[in-house]
Amino acid sequence: MPDVQALVNDFLIKLKKRKIEGSQATARQTAELLRSVISQQRIPYTNQAGALIDAVRAVGEQLIAANPVELAVGNIVRRVLHIIREENLSLATAAIAGLNLSAASDGDDDDDSERDEHPVLSAAAVAAAARSTLRPPSLQTLLEDIPESAAIPRTPSSGGDSEGKSKSADKSSRTRRLKHDVIEAVNELIQDITTCHEQIAEQAIEHIHQNEVILTLGSSKTVLEFLYAAKEKRRSFRVFVAEGAPRYQGHLLAKELVARGLQTTLITDSAVFAIISRVNMVIVGAHAVMANGGVIAPVGLNMVALAAQKHAVPFVVLAGSHKLCPLYPHNPEVLLNELRSPSELLDFGEFSDCLDFGSGNGSPLLHVVNPAFDYVPPKLVSLFITDTSNFQFLMEGTIHHTCIDSSQIITPLMIWWSDERLLQEIELRSLLFTIFSNASISVIPIHSLFFLVIACMLGSLGVTMEEVVDWQMEILAQCREECQPLFYAGRERDY
Amino acid sequence: MDARRSTTAVPRVRQVGFFTPNAPPAQPSRTHSFPVDSSSPPLSNSPASNSLSPVMIPPPRHLSDNLAHRATSPLPVPEPSAFRRPIRSHHVAVVGSYNPTESLLGSSPPLASPSSRVIGDGEFSEESTAGWFRRSNSAKFASSFSGGFDLTSIKSSETGGFHQVKKPVVAQPKEEKSGAAAVVEPQINSSSSTKPLKEKTTKAERRALQEAQRAAKAAAKDMTVSVGVSTCKPVKQQPAQKKDAPPPASSIAVSDRKGGERSTEKERRKDIPAPRMQFDDKSRVEKAKKRAVVNQSEARNRVELFRHLPQYEHGTQLPDLVSKFFQLDPMHPAVYKVGLQYLAGDISGGNARCIAMLQAFQEVIKDYSTPPEKSLTRDLTAKISSFVSFFTECRPLSMSMGNTIRFLKSRIAKLPLTVSESEAKASLCADIDRFINEKIVLADKVIIQHAVTKIMNGDVLLTYGSSCVVEMILLYAHELGKQFHVVIVDSRPKLKGQALLRRLVGKGLSCTYTHINAVSYIMHEVTRVFLGSSSVLSNGTVYSRVGTACVAMVAHAFHVPVLICCEAYKFHERVLLDSICSNELGDPDAISKVPGRMDINYLDDLTNKDNLQLLNLMYDATPSEYVSMIITDYGMIPPTSVPVIVREYGREYLWI
Repeated sequence: MPDVQALVNDFLIKLKKRKIEGSQATARQTAELLRSVISQQRIPYTNQAGALIDAVRAVGEQLIAANPVELAVGNIVRRVLHIIREENLSLATAAIAGLNLSAASDGDDDDDSERDEHPVLSAAAVAAAARSTLRPPSLQTLLEDIPESAAIPRTPSSGGDSEGKSKSADKSSRTRRLKHDVIEAVNELIQDITTCHEQIAEQAIEHIHQNEVILTLGSSKTVLEFLYAAKEKRRSFRVFVAEGAPRYQGHLLAKELVARGLQTTLITDSAVFAIISRVNMVIVGAHAVMANGGVIAPVGLNMVALAAQKHAVPFVVLAGSHKLCPLYPHNPEVLLNELRSPSELLDFGEFSDCLDFGSGNGSPLLHVVNPAFDYVPPKLVSLFITDTSNFQFLMEGTIHHTCIDSSQIITPLMIWWSDERLLQEIELRSLLFTIFSNASISVIPIHSLFFLVIACMLGSLGVTMEEVVDWQMEILAQCREECQPLFYAGRERDY
Repeated sequence: MDARRSTTAVPRVRQVGFFTPNAPPAQPSRTHSFPVDSSSPPLSNSPASNSLSPVMIPPPRHLSDNLAHRATSPLPVPEPSAFRRPIRSHHVAVVGSYNPTESLLGSSPPLASPSSRVIGDGEFSEESTAGWFRRSNSAKFASSFSGGFDLTSIKSSETGGFHQVKKPVVAQPKEEKSGAAAVVEPQINSSSSTKPLKEKTTKAERRALQEAQRAAKAAAKDMTVSVGVSTCKPVKQQPAQKKDAPPPASSIAVSDRKGGERSTEKERRKDIPAPRMQFDDKSRVEKAKKRAVVNQSEARNRVELFRHLPQYEHGTQLPDLVSKFFQLDPMHPAVYKVGLQYLAGDISGGNARCIAMLQAFQEVIKDYSTPPEKSLTRDLTAKISSFVSFFTECRPLSMSMGNTIRFLKSRIAKLPLTVSESEAKASLCADIDRFINEKIVLADKVIIQHAVTKIMNGDVLLTYGSSCVVEMILLYAHELGKQFHVVIVDSRPKLKGQALLRRLVGKGLSCTYTHINAVSYIMHEVTRVFLGSSSVLSNGTVYSRVGTACVAMVAHAFHVPVLICCEAYKFHERVLLDSICSNELGDPDAISKVPGRMDINYLDDLTNKDNLQLLNLMYDATPSEYVSMIITDYGMIPPTSVPVIVREYGREYLWI
């Protein structure tokens, strides 16, 4: 597939040269690239899903390595992988059902009817299929950026499984179907990414009231659409835009806002603290939202968030679901950051005499630091607004006080909540593990509350309780014995 | 000689009011030049024209009276001003400029030393003063200081140059004081004091009026006795009336006591800071506009939140004012020049502005002569007030300048009535010099000594913008051989940090430069934050360059100690809770334009849109909880101790 390779290389170069601005554009282009990779991928007769996954993973690794800071790439790769598995799973369950049915009728072309029968299937069978097809969830995979090591144990099992499956139903229609389904799903994903602004903006009216004063920093398309949506609904409010030096994206945002008729005031970044006491709400975009609820955001936002916290101003982060990242940040200020050119801060011409002071021994006297991103810790964020329809409002504060170790327990829950399709496999197990490892007798009610929450969500996802029980039993084996009654108490309350 | 003086004394005194040294060489020998002046016919018309000039002293602008005096013909004095200017400018520029690069680049006149021009910015002053370092402590101080402002004149005053230059000036009026004082009759004096008071309206002022009337009555009663004395010995009379003013306990004469009480009462009122001018109060703004020298046009898109602050077009008034320079209506040229420098932004920074203002006032006082029928105390105060209001029009005063003006006015008010005019002027000039020396120069030196103890080897010190005290601290610590790294955080639109960076790197300090948004990135590495301040308020709030609060907040969040370096004369009893109520707005166009970045031009065509406002705040208020320590000339104190300093030492300089 030389043309695909060319596309990939092209995209890699763009990523490396930072030609693509903004995580939304990156996400969309990544998804499109992966779609073409999938469509060009030759599918072997056996183990089709495995082949697709391998192909996507190979490309994904390159993409992630090209710009590790652009977390949206990794997110999209993960989601595409997940889509492949999901489609494979649904086909596999269909196949199992087909096996069961084929005893009676050896029908080939009644795949549709098989699929229709899917809900009728016993939950245990689905769970078994799910466990065999899906990568087993574990903390290890949670921490993996590229699920490479997990692939090794997975491949034989799923390969063997899908082999048996394909043996049982070796039809060319099925291979086409998998690819077709995957591409359909990826198209849906692309659609989601492109429309995430509108979906987020729809919620604007619920958050912005009349005569509000809103502060934002830098420029974000999401924020622009959000504010404009509120304006469209005839709310009149005032926007303070901090210019966001040294990129001055705030100027761009101010221009757009003015063009759309909003009352806009442009301020310098240093005036944020002075102004924030008169601001009702801070609304900003994000670069990525990490698994602990921390936000990788354009530089300067940590300062804004601190100021907002000081004045008890809600700090609202708008993030499309492609920005939600299952990784936990470690030292994100340094590791998930990017230093841009010093020429944005200092004019080399003016400072040429200072810049070569270090030509002798040792390090130069003058350093210029120009980071691109800031890390906003989760405790500073009041609200995430995402585009997934079910659980958009993830008030950290509301759940905050109900748990012992909030950031560890709650934020994965929130992330998982908001983007269940992406994260359920990775997060659920670790989430339960965290809960149990933190559990003690004294906090029984809290945890039973949690189980209620979890059970509700699982129900809403269509994951059966048997699966959960299986996972929980595994986890419990690793936990203290006190947890056991706690767990069962919780479970009984759920049923 | 004496006989002649007694007849022509009055015009000669008035000459002093508007005559400064004609040329630099003539300055030391001014005493000689004056008798020649007055006696020689060719020059006699300029004294004649000058003789009216004291009448032209602008009315105290806050009183809105004395219009009758103003009506007397406006008096352009083109020639003297034309050749006087270079001398003046020399004085002001050298001392007033904190930032050598600016003073060179800007419109300010040449520095004292020609070598500075050749070498360019700060390096000159540092090198040239390098020799001072190891000599005396004052000289050492000056060397670290030199990165900041050039103290040639202060140095010269320390070394006695001051006396050489100024003594003749001071001595000259002393000789002629007798004539000047003779004109001022107590009767007129007291009545003139009541007249303007009648027009006042506020409650406090009405009360003052009543008291003044009572005082006048008492004075009139007393006058029956004293007038008889005054006819034969008028010189003694006037001082005698005010002699006992400062200690109100004295009960020599009714009038004296009343006058004394009144002055203390006035002081008490002055102690309570008057509410600031609110620019959303239309009537007052209109009134102020009528009096204004500077023609301000309102900014196009005023920021709603800051209606109470003056929001004027920037950059439009300067050419107008520059052209007006030669008309020289009541404004003293030194004052006018400093005002223009404020307006153009050539002088910035709290200390530099303060010093420039004080030196302009020094010039004013040197050239001042009491007009007939007025008392020096009252008239000079009024004159100073009018100059202050001119400064305010050019750029709103900082709080430290307010303190300084209070100091000066209190010095004027406290002048014993026994002293002659020349003595009074000499003592005022000396007071100003002492203030500059003790409250600014020496205070900085003490602060540096304190602050250096807080710098350890291996420290990473963060500073924001460009504070001259912090710069001196860093340079001094570097001289002491301490190994540390400096992080300079800067912000738009002024980018003062770049100049600081250049000076520090030039001195061999290892620096990191970044912008304010990246402060939370860099704060991990920082061990201490040193910040300058425009003012420290009595609730511990630090009122400082905009962005300081952000830096302090982030430092606080990262548990890095924040040290504020601030001279005690900048402490103010006012309190602030936020940065909105009291602030200053800079040029809004500086926001939309990013110099050196041609690609940032999104707002070029939008500046006249109605719904776009550009807000360029100049200051912000840092809550005291972010401040670990304030380093001041009274030592290192927590922000909670600020009120103590304000209370215990705040009056100190009023009583020096």
